[in-house]
Amino acid sequence: MVAQKKGATARVSEDPEELARHPLQAILLADSFTTKFRPITLERPKVLLPLANIPMIDYTLAWLESAGVEEVFVFCCAHSKQVIDYLESSDWSSQPNFLVTTIESHNSISAGDALRLIYERHVIHGDFVLISGDTVSNMSLTQALQEHKERRKKDANAIMTMVVKQSKPSPITQQSRLGTDELFMAINPDTKQLLCYEDKAEYSKGFISLDKTLIADNPSTVLHNDKQDCYIDICSEEVLSLFTDNFDYQHLRRHFVKGLLVDDIMGYKIFTHEIHSSYAARIDNFRSYDTISKDIIQRWTYPFVPDVLCGNSAIRVERRGTYRASEITLSRSAQIGPFIVIGQGTEIGNDTKISHSVIGEGCTIGSNVTIEGSYIWNNVTIEDGCELRHAIVCDGVTMKSGAVLEPGVVLSFKVVVGQQFVVPAYSMVSLLQQPTQQDSDEELEYADSSSGNVELPSKLNGDITSDLSETRHGPTSELGTGGVGYIWSIFEGGHDEEWRHSVAPIPTDKLAKIMLDKDEDEELLTQDGNVLSPSGELKSDSDANDSEDGDNEGSRDDYVSFEKEVEATFLRAVHENVKVDHVILEVNALRLSYNMASVDCAGAIFYSMMKLAVESPHSSSSELHRNAADVITTWQNLLKSFLHDIDEEIEVILKFEEICLESAKEFSPLFAQILHLLYDKDILEEDAILRWADEKEGADESDKVFVQRAEKFLQWLREAEEEED
Amino acid sequence: MDFQVVVLAGGTSKNLTPLVSKEVPKPLLPVANRPVLYYVLHQLEQSNLKDLIVVVEGKDAALLVGGWISGTFVDRLHVEIAAVPEDIGSAGAIRAISHHLTANDILVVSGDLVSDVPPGAVAANHRRHDAVVTAMLCSVPISGPSESGSSGGKDKTKKPGRYNIIGLDPGKQFLLHIATGAEIEKDTRLQKRILRAVGEMEIRSDLMDAHMYAFKRSVLQEVLDRKDTLQSLKQDVLPYLVRSQLKSEALSNRIPRAEENGNEKVSSQNNQVMVSQILANASTPSFHDLCSVSHDGSAPIRKTHKCCAYIASSSSYCARLNSIQAFMDINRDVTGEADHLLSSISDHNNIVGPSTKLGTKTTVGPHCMLGEGSEMGDKCQVKRSVIGRHCRIGSHVKVVNSVVMNHVTIGDGCIIQGSVICSNVQLQERVVLKDCQVGAGFVVTAGSEYKGESLARKEK
Repeated sequence: MVAQKKGATARVSEDPEELARHPLQAILLADSFTTKFRPITLERPKVLLPLANIPMIDYTLAWLESAGVEEVFVFCCAHSKQVIDYLESSDWSSQPNFLVTTIESHNSISAGDALRLIYERHVIHGDFVLISGDTVSNMSLTQALQEHKERRKKDANAIMTMVVKQSKPSPITQQSRLGTDELFMAINPDTKQLLCYEDKAEYSKGFISLDKTLIADNPSTVLHNDKQDCYIDICSEEVLSLFTDNFDYQHLRRHFVKGLLVDDIMGYKIFTHEIHSSYAARIDNFRSYDTISKDIIQRWTYPFVPDVLCGNSAIRVERRGTYRASEITLSRSAQIGPFIVIGQGTEIGNDTKISHSVIGEGCTIGSNVTIEGSYIWNNVTIEDGCELRHAIVCDGVTMKSGAVLEPGVVLSFKVVVGQQFVVPAYSMVSLLQQPTQQDSDEELEYADSSSGNVELPSKLNGDITSDLSETRHGPTSELGTGGVGYIWSIFEGGHDEEWRHSVAPIPTDKLAKIMLDKDEDEELLTQDGNVLSPSGELKSDSDANDSEDGDNEGSRDDYVSFEKEVEATFLRAVHENVKVDHVILEVNALRLSYNMASVDCAGAIFYSMMKLAVESPHSSSSELHRNAADVITTWQNLLKSFLHDIDEEIEVILKFEEICLESAKEFSPLFAQILHLLYDKDILEEDAILRWADEKEGADESDKVFVQRAEKFLQWLREAEEEED
Repeated sequence: MDFQVVVLAGGTSKNLTPLVSKEVPKPLLPVANRPVLYYVLHQLEQSNLKDLIVVVEGKDAALLVGGWISGTFVDRLHVEIAAVPEDIGSAGAIRAISHHLTANDILVVSGDLVSDVPPGAVAANHRRHDAVVTAMLCSVPISGPSESGSSGGKDKTKKPGRYNIIGLDPGKQFLLHIATGAEIEKDTRLQKRILRAVGEMEIRSDLMDAHMYAFKRSVLQEVLDRKDTLQSLKQDVLPYLVRSQLKSEALSNRIPRAEENGNEKVSSQNNQVMVSQILANASTPSFHDLCSVSHDGSAPIRKTHKCCAYIASSSSYCARLNSIQAFMDINRDVTGEADHLLSSISDHNNIVGPSTKLGTKTTVGPHCMLGEGSEMGDKCQVKRSVIGRHCRIGSHVKVVNSVVMNHVTIGDGCIIQGSVICSNVQLQERVVLKDCQVGAGFVVTAGSEYKGESLARKEK
């Protein structure tokens, strides 16, 4: 009795103690395991890239510290030495209540590998915050942590809380703001449990599927398209062991989150915590780099803004969002526009205009330079008369006089742009040559860690200058006279991405294209339903989309959808009196996009015509016959234009048989009459009809039904032929 | 109000054999001793919607229904009876009477709806949003016997049936997605386009489409004309309208347009208009605005149309009499939990009707109804049942959870559980029925026992 009681009391007292004993820990992944910031990340890790002149990782660490995290494990892989060196030299290594420990790996290729490695080290005890080193936030963790712990107490399977945020509410800006993929999340409105997470949703599909069990289990589900994933997760210890158990989990979202949501055996649950007034966003690509930089300058991320983070008044904030370091040389005639940051020791010449930009330390900017919406890092030399719009210019770049950067250009470290040279829009320029082995996007994800890791540290730590002198001969021509660097070619498939992800604002026509895409989506869906597609659609566009779809499916499906398309085209032609020539053009376009033969066109058109006839009101078979005759008479030219040779004519007869047997049995008594009609209208030649009859000669008895029906007509044809002979 | 009401009363529904017959078509099936059609007409009258077209399948049935209506609602409602052929579907029925429709808005109600949701509220909601269609949604009723859940009831109460999967906007005003019938068992496919426009969509599986719709007449007629493959309002027309709500070019020429052939050009123009509007309006139009943007002014053609939902409060009663189980449930509910539907009946009808005779030691439990002129012998028990007019019930009879219609004779010692006994049936002595349906005029011989069977006279 007594012992039992003791045990009980001990357990009770243990519980709060246990919670209190562990300091709040965090895992910071200082490697994005992606290649979105190439070519810059070939030479420097993403977390050390400056964001308003302060390395990204500082924002993340500063937030973690302010949020009450006491111990951070910084996992570094790509360029791990640079990260470790930076952390050691910075203040972070000497904070009293904030312990920063680095964990180094050389062979991790994904977040999954990183977490498995951390699990093996046995350093995490209890709940932890999982974040990557490129996240900027000022949210308070208290409430989210509290919710997480309370849920855990009730349900041991609630192992993770994801932070989400309302994104801008327009359908256009949702995507364009951060340049991320469209995200669909299904959340239970009462419990906030995450039920479905769809980020790599195929663009070609106009619909999103929800599993039926999901709806059966939740009488009410809210599907969100307006939320943004902040990539801040509060996890329980189990998360690490789950990664170890499932050694194929690589990507945090794509594998881990989706894996948990699909797996109903273990029953692990993920919940969401929505933040409203505070800021959280992750720098995923150049576009979000641009957006978040602007947010920082506009102080949405307060207190994590340049002047506060630098401390000791090194940077002053002035009116119109201008941040100026203390020692800069600024010409009187220079126009320093709204929302800019200028780093220490930078010189700016006469009549230079700068707006909405960040300029690093020790830069030299000449006269008559225009800089707009650009990010210029440290020690950059820009000579007179250059123009920069929406570009990223890394450390040590030299732009000779008169050089122009068109929107979306990225100049990596120490590139030299020749005199008067115009760098075309969306170019990526680097001293390093583009890696040659090009896999698909998925495979490349971690390549910056592996390939970058192998060769680069030596280059960076060793003599870069000698390296440079080697490369100096080769690429001169690519960047004009005196230019140094390679312009990376854009790989296939990435073509679409360039404007989506670049720092340049999305051009209007692209926005229009997004809207158009949505229209196409609609078309596809309507056709998926059994209802005829609404008329007045933009045919050529939806075709292009269809063909992508078709690749995945069998040719049979392909044909069915082709037939539907043709039918829709035909019906529209009927209802709107489109000229025959146009219909022919459209059907030909369809044929090309579906990769069909002209035989199929003839069949499909004939099918559409018959369907129209059978769908027009009729009460008796004679009326049906009249309908069919009308349709055939009206549209005979259309049909004829697809009947070039006898094979196609036979195809039409075979199609007609199929119609009579399957889709419209009403026609079967009229088979011979309509065949005759087609003959009369010179649509079918007698050779074709006889050949068809001959072909059927050896067929099964059941297959010959229609030959027998048409026997009289055939007889007549044969006799006519003999007479001629 | 410029509203015309179409009541789709149905005819001799196959689901309800042997309850319905040529003499008693579905609209006249008694619910608590009143034809089911009464409940709809009564609600319409209460909402001051008095311009009615009652559509009945079959000429004979139409005569019967018409006779009853003119007898009951003498001058209170302006009713036209229209007979349509059988099996043409609800959309077909509307097509058939299309030339009778003149008002701007049409309220289409199913005649088998037993509900206390005021149709006027649905109509007003429709008008307020200037919607193309407004559908009334109600909570899914829990079917099956509610308390005597001894047999099979458990499964049913655990999982209330799913009738529809419905997507709503955050304000629960607009209908964004609807799946009916076989689609429910498949994975739900939601249109991204609509989802993008709204941002968030609530998906409910606990709501049911109650088959009360308000339509804009011009749109309804045009859709029915253009798409002659559409068969049913519920399964085809409503989903079609919901699906195409952001892309209603197909409907846009209800304002007659000259440039029919320029369709492609127009739609691309439309796109530009929309994009430019979005660009200009950086504070991002919500789904709402998106709808209204195309409404007021600048865009020459409507790009969108509104599909609204009227969600009945969870306390209101709403059920459709479309199966035998529903028939039992509704009879039980109307005498039980939803008895307010009865209390508003104008000609006063008590639970135990006038001039009934009860023998000694006969008990009629709560939630029962005994029609006028019925007689019961000694030591009978009636629990949770409805007994019609002029029935003769012998002694030692037990009637539990059952519906007994008019002029039924029940011999001594019968036990009737969970069954429906139609008019003019004769049950001889000691018949035991459990979960049976006995068609009109049938004679059950003495001492027979049936369980879960459907008994009816052979059709001549």
